[in-house]
Amino acid sequence: MEKKKISIWTVLKVVFLTFMVLITLYPFIFMVSASLSDKLSVMRNEIILWPKGLNFEAYKFVFRDRRIFRAYENTIIYVVLGTAISMTVTTLGAYGLSKKNRLVFFKFFNLLIVITMFFGGGMIPKYLVVKELKLLDTIWAVVLPSAISAWNVIVMRTFFMEFPEEIEQSGFIDGLNDLGVLYYLVLPTSGAILATMSLFNAVGYWNSFMEPFLYLQDQKKLPLQVILRSIVIQGSSLENQYVSVDTPVVEESLKYATIIVSVIPIMTIYPFTQKYFMKGVMVGSLKG
Amino acid sequence: MSNTNILPKTGMGRFLKRLNDSKYLLIMILPMLTFFILFNYLPMYGIIIAFKQYSPFKGFFDSPWVGFKHFQTFFAYQHAWRLIRNTFLLSFYSLIWGFPAPIIFALILNEVKNERGKKLVQTVTYMPHFISTVVVVSMITMFLSPSTGIVNKLVEALGYKKINFMINPGWFRPIYIASGIWQGVGWGSIIYLAALSNIDPTLYASAMIDGANKLQRIIHISIPCIAPTIITLLILRTGNLMSVGFEKAFLLQGTATYETSDVIQTFVYRQGMRAGNMSYATAIGLFNSVINLCFLVSANYISRRVNETSLW
Repeated sequence: MEKKKISIWTVLKVVFLTFMVLITLYPFIFMVSASLSDKLSVMRNEIILWPKGLNFEAYKFVFRDRRIFRAYENTIIYVVLGTAISMTVTTLGAYGLSKKNRLVFFKFFNLLIVITMFFGGGMIPKYLVVKELKLLDTIWAVVLPSAISAWNVIVMRTFFMEFPEEIEQSGFIDGLNDLGVLYYLVLPTSGAILATMSLFNAVGYWNSFMEPFLYLQDQKKLPLQVILRSIVIQGSSLENQYVSVDTPVVEESLKYATIIVSVIPIMTIYPFTQKYFMKGVMVGSLKG
Repeated sequence: MSNTNILPKTGMGRFLKRLNDSKYLLIMILPMLTFFILFNYLPMYGIIIAFKQYSPFKGFFDSPWVGFKHFQTFFAYQHAWRLIRNTFLLSFYSLIWGFPAPIIFALILNEVKNERGKKLVQTVTYMPHFISTVVVVSMITMFLSPSTGIVNKLVEALGYKKINFMINPGWFRPIYIASGIWQGVGWGSIIYLAALSNIDPTLYASAMIDGANKLQRIIHISIPCIAPTIITLLILRTGNLMSVGFEKAFLLQGTATYETSDVIQTFVYRQGMRAGNMSYATAIGLFNSVINLCFLVSANYISRRVNETSLW
């Protein structure tokens, strides 16, 4: 029955999926176009899809803004440092926990971690702990409190449990200890999970707003997300710039350019890791 | 490993042997445990200040005990009910509108035979998941702006008066929920697509022989097969009905919309971080987490009784 004839089903399906794609992409296309258009077209609200009077003035302004530039640097430092710490500690911990028959007090350690998924101290006690640890207003306040999540540990542990025991035993016979087995035998076959977890961690740090917002005072240490909020949501102007009648760009273009600049790194990286994270997410969701 | 045949006789000896066998494992989990203790368990211990009158000068230990005073203050607060209602309704409506969306999307996407097209749709719709809350709220603020926003341009073109979305309490929930769906529908569908791909294709083949059309196949095969996944996720979501995250509500709200937008977590922030009432704020936060826990435990209990599906 359903051969070459285009059924109403197919039409509905295609219309629906096209709608989904467009509604996801359109806001970004619009922002890019508005940030690349000339002043007059933006002010007259003429931008609908493509840029009018293509120019890169807005981006020149954004990149010349010291505050944004510094925030960009800070964000990169937080992402790299945070992801490195998070991956190291999570990988080691998850591997240790995956040996449930050998690890002493396994049940206790496991419970210790699972509890944190359902109950926490809350915003204020956590702030006070960060303060008592003398971390306030340092890089570590942004990097450390969110470095380890129970969820990530459990996903990774589940992945490591799949590792064949015979290979592990052969490693012991060759004189490796657990650390050696992890480093030489397990990690080389764990590319998918490592890539997924690193991506999730990096995106998490890139996007993190609450930690820097609560724990940082020093303007010079603020990351991109906090700066973005004050520029776009709260409407403070860009530094050293007086967007007036004479400047070649309008404020909207600048704001859109700032948003675009802050999402570009993520949007260019995630499609390449998609095949890994699909695998990684499956491991976590099906067994978790 | 070489002396495994010499089994220690006593319980103590056996324990020491196990300890020795897992010494490297213990070293490996030590850093992780330190993190959990510092940033999860110390804050939990810090909850005691909910029952004290915390003062930064006296510290955790020397601040005087006040019992349930802060909880009483909260329940006597004129807007306490509003906070509880807003928190609950915001996640309740998000659940009602947002929960079915990824399921429907997955069911339709699963019908696509063209692998490349399917992959493209997936890649595109996952994108918003990776965008930060700040960016999403920035986009909302820009698009809905009464003076320059593209949405108001459309509203005007349709012959209506411009709407000042961001300061109108009636618009807060629709904006919060719609943007939540926009951000989460693609990503949320992954787990259902995985469940759908595990369905035995012969089921569909035999249904076709019996003359079932596409819709019938979806209703009678696809949906029942992914029901366990749906139920598990539904438990998780109902367990979180009182937990509205701080970030998005905070970024999206303004004083003008508190009637609908002020939730427990944003109030905790204002009391604790702005007004400096650390103990009061902690007490409200604790009240919130205890309710959450009750929701989760009861949702899990009900589901275990009814469906024999449970989280633990």
